[in-house]
Amino acid sequence: MKHLLSTRDLSREDAIQLLDIAEDMAAVNEREVKKLPALRGKTIVNLFFEDSTRTRISFEAAEKRLSADVINFAAKGSSVSKGESLKDTTQTLAAMGIDAVVIRHGASGAPQVLAHSGWIDAPVINAGDGTHEHPTQALLDAFTMRRRLHGAGSRGKGLDGVSVTIVGDILHSRVARSNIWLLQTLGAHVQLVSSPTLLPSAVDTWPVTVSYDLDEALASTAPDVVMMLRIQQERMKDAFFPNEREYSNLWGLTAERFLSLPEKTMVMHPGPMNRGLEISSLAADSPQSTVLDQVANGVSVRMAALYMVLTGEREVSHD
Amino acid sequence: MTNPTLLVQGATLADGTQADILVKGTQVIEVGMGLSAAGAQKIDAQGLIALPGLVDLHTHLREPGFEQSETVLTGTQAAALGGFTSVFAMANTQPIADTAGVVEQVLRLGDEAGYATVRPIGAVTKGLEGTQLAELGAMAHSRAQVRVFSDDGKCVSDPLIMRRALEYVKTFGGVIAQHAQEPRLTIDAQMNEGEVSARLGLAGWPAVAEESIIARDVLLAEHVGSRLHICHLSTAGSVDVIRWAKKRGINVTAEVTPHHLLLTDERAESFDARFKVNPPLRRSEDVHALREALADGTIDIVATDHAPHPVETKECEWGAAAFGMVGLESALAVVQTTMVETGMMNWADVARVLSEAPARIGGLTSHGHKIAAGIQAELVLVDPTAQRTFGVEDLASLSHNSPYLGIDLMGQVVATIHQGYLTADNRTVIDAEIVAARAVEVLRG
Amino acid sequence: MTARAIMQATDMHRALTRIAHEILESNRGAQSLVLLGIPTRGVTLAHRLAVILESIVPGVSVPVGSLDVTMYRDDLYQHPTRASAPTEVPVSIDDMTVVLVDDVLYSGRTVRAALDALTDLGRPQAVRLAVLADRGHRELPIRADFVGKNLPSAHGERINVLLTEHDGVDGVEIEEVVSA
Repeated sequence: MKHLLSTRDLSREDAIQLLDIAEDMAAVNEREVKKLPALRGKTIVNLFFEDSTRTRISFEAAEKRLSADVINFAAKGSSVSKGESLKDTTQTLAAMGIDAVVIRHGASGAPQVLAHSGWIDAPVINAGDGTHEHPTQALLDAFTMRRRLHGAGSRGKGLDGVSVTIVGDILHSRVARSNIWLLQTLGAHVQLVSSPTLLPSAVDTWPVTVSYDLDEALASTAPDVVMMLRIQQERMKDAFFPNEREYSNLWGLTAERFLSLPEKTMVMHPGPMNRGLEISSLAADSPQSTVLDQVANGVSVRMAALYMVLTGEREVSHD
Repeated sequence: MTNPTLLVQGATLADGTQADILVKGTQVIEVGMGLSAAGAQKIDAQGLIALPGLVDLHTHLREPGFEQSETVLTGTQAAALGGFTSVFAMANTQPIADTAGVVEQVLRLGDEAGYATVRPIGAVTKGLEGTQLAELGAMAHSRAQVRVFSDDGKCVSDPLIMRRALEYVKTFGGVIAQHAQEPRLTIDAQMNEGEVSARLGLAGWPAVAEESIIARDVLLAEHVGSRLHICHLSTAGSVDVIRWAKKRGINVTAEVTPHHLLLTDERAESFDARFKVNPPLRRSEDVHALREALADGTIDIVATDHAPHPVETKECEWGAAAFGMVGLESALAVVQTTMVETGMMNWADVARVLSEAPARIGGLTSHGHKIAAGIQAELVLVDPTAQRTFGVEDLASLSHNSPYLGIDLMGQVVATIHQGYLTADNRTVIDAEIVAARAVEVLRG
Repeated sequence: MTARAIMQATDMHRALTRIAHEILESNRGAQSLVLLGIPTRGVTLAHRLAVILESIVPGVSVPVGSLDVTMYRDDLYQHPTRASAPTEVPVSIDDMTVVLVDDVLYSGRTVRAALDALTDLGRPQAVRLAVLADRGHRELPIRADFVGKNLPSAHGERINVLLTEHDGVDGVEIEEVVSA
């Protein structure tokens, strides 16, 4: 695997291999010496054009546990905020001999541009780009589902037949996009529930079923997984929904809705949560919630991703 | 010293007949078989098609203000390489072409360069701000004799301003060329709204934002009895609206760009910003509807929307990139590839949509005439058998933001004749000093 | 490309039995002993050794685990990305005698990686190495404590250890690899 840009171009074989390696990484994260020498001598830059402390420290922990040298580059307050281009920043990093780039960017497609630009010959991992994709989040979500469902027997398995309901602002969610493609590849059934204003107009071309009615959707499918997405409060200004109360009433995982779910249903949220808006505290803090598992698994999955893009024979370019 | 007499030998005219064409001074003086003229420079046109010089109703020459992207000189060199002998220069320069001073400056720069007849387009509203009419009359009565007005790049979205502009330009037989884009429906829009935008997470530019403005404006044009031109139609729905309006007798004309005849929104999958353009590339259903509409005359003309941008505004993330692509050098080849090779149009149709009709819409009487004795010598010779993978070497523009780089196209311009002298020959632009000197000769008479 | 049989199932069993006796002899019994196989065939061989040890010393139970060395290898950039395998250590290895078990000893680099991996898991009292076949060509100062069979071989040859659990049959064969 040369880059990890999107879950859409990830084969089932590669996805399962990555999840299996993540299982071995998770074992390392549980022992006393939480460190492996695999990426010793490699320098990885976390290039964050958008603030995200959670994702950045998760990658940083993963990099350090694999013995890589880590450089954190936050665009705020740097030359980037003074108008330096993505190209100049990247070429600067290339000149420093960076071995891999983890990039978070507000513009959809920025990691693809970086990977295919020729400005730098290093693997690129997408840590979230605009409203496009967030592949490591989807992988850690799949990993979390697989572990809860299959426990120690997870290795080698996909998510065949698992039903997953994703609720909330699909239109602006890179987490939802990456999950939809990966879950489809792994054999799960995906149902989206949202307001029509928060769904892409071409959602009918996606491999999902769509509902506007959360109660009806939960009752009819009794899903194995309910994934709640964070709702940006500023969406109200653009008339996507009238106000918080109405959103919460129609599409929030309220205490009442949570209690109506089967006990097997796991409740996921990529964080950070708006408690009382898209998710009630009762649901977020229940044993069915995987919120903290997702955080822990994030490190293991990112270790696996880094290992997969950085090891292996480097392609020699013939000009 | 007068410019040399030119004898084009053995060309195939748009109607399929073969003829020699004798050019003396600025005129075509004879068309027929076996012509000869002592001392004439001979141009072997065996196997080449001769068309009236192409006229582009929609070019961004960028000067004044954005000379790092294009100048009147380099833009008209690109025009000459693409077979164009006249270009209409859009108003979104810096300063904006909303006064007589700016349009006269552009006119003068075009005359001095000598590669093509440059006709400035005036802004409809002051500063392209959409709130107050620009000095339309002053521009119309200036030396530039502006007849086409457009806020292109921006839509005249206020219906009252649009109505007044449509009415006002009747004073001097002008036309409003509308960039149809409902602004509120396209906030931050990055590409066509559809399956691809949903997948890529790029904010969508819905077809309805174009179609609703066109529908409104054809009704306004009908109501006030004015002439309306719609820039760069991009959707099947827009075609339906124009077809309905024409059937109803509304005085509307429409253009399509070469890129909307060939490329689709799937190109955005690469996040290569060379494919970022406004209006955006659409679905293949739209491409097919546009081709059919061009063939059946619903769409009147092809115009390039040649929009040069420096490399740094394209070599970046999609959201930060500029909208637009260069198109003068490739337009004829794209039209041949999409319309002639598919059997949808013949060469007479090509002459109509790329020369005759745009000249009429723009009020340009010196261009766009069938090749015959007595017309001003505005000619292009095309090699229809040339097959090439389009490359940077095929560009003369200062900017290289062509979407066709690496794409196979049919047909190539071999030579271009403007006011009786060559501006391009042997598939290459003639040197600027030579062309400028020829233009001076023409001015002297 | 033909393969030549070097050991049959009975040879293999005899070799493992001898290794088991040697382990007991050097360890002076089966106490404080843990067998860690290097995936994949080393793990299978470790389990077989444990069965033999437990049959020789009735009543004793020898813990068996697996030690994946993928992340400790020094050739991660010379080969396509390697999948890792689980590391399962059933007991604390502190103050234990760890016997590393692998099928073939060649350059010694895998064992080097295994020693590093062990260090991250604890501090054994001693580490020993048992291999079914030693084919020579060491690139590091490493030797096996217990060897089933010494198989002098050329670089161009490959030693295949076949185990019923993986290959349906027990045996060791030597294969001529013709390089293009």
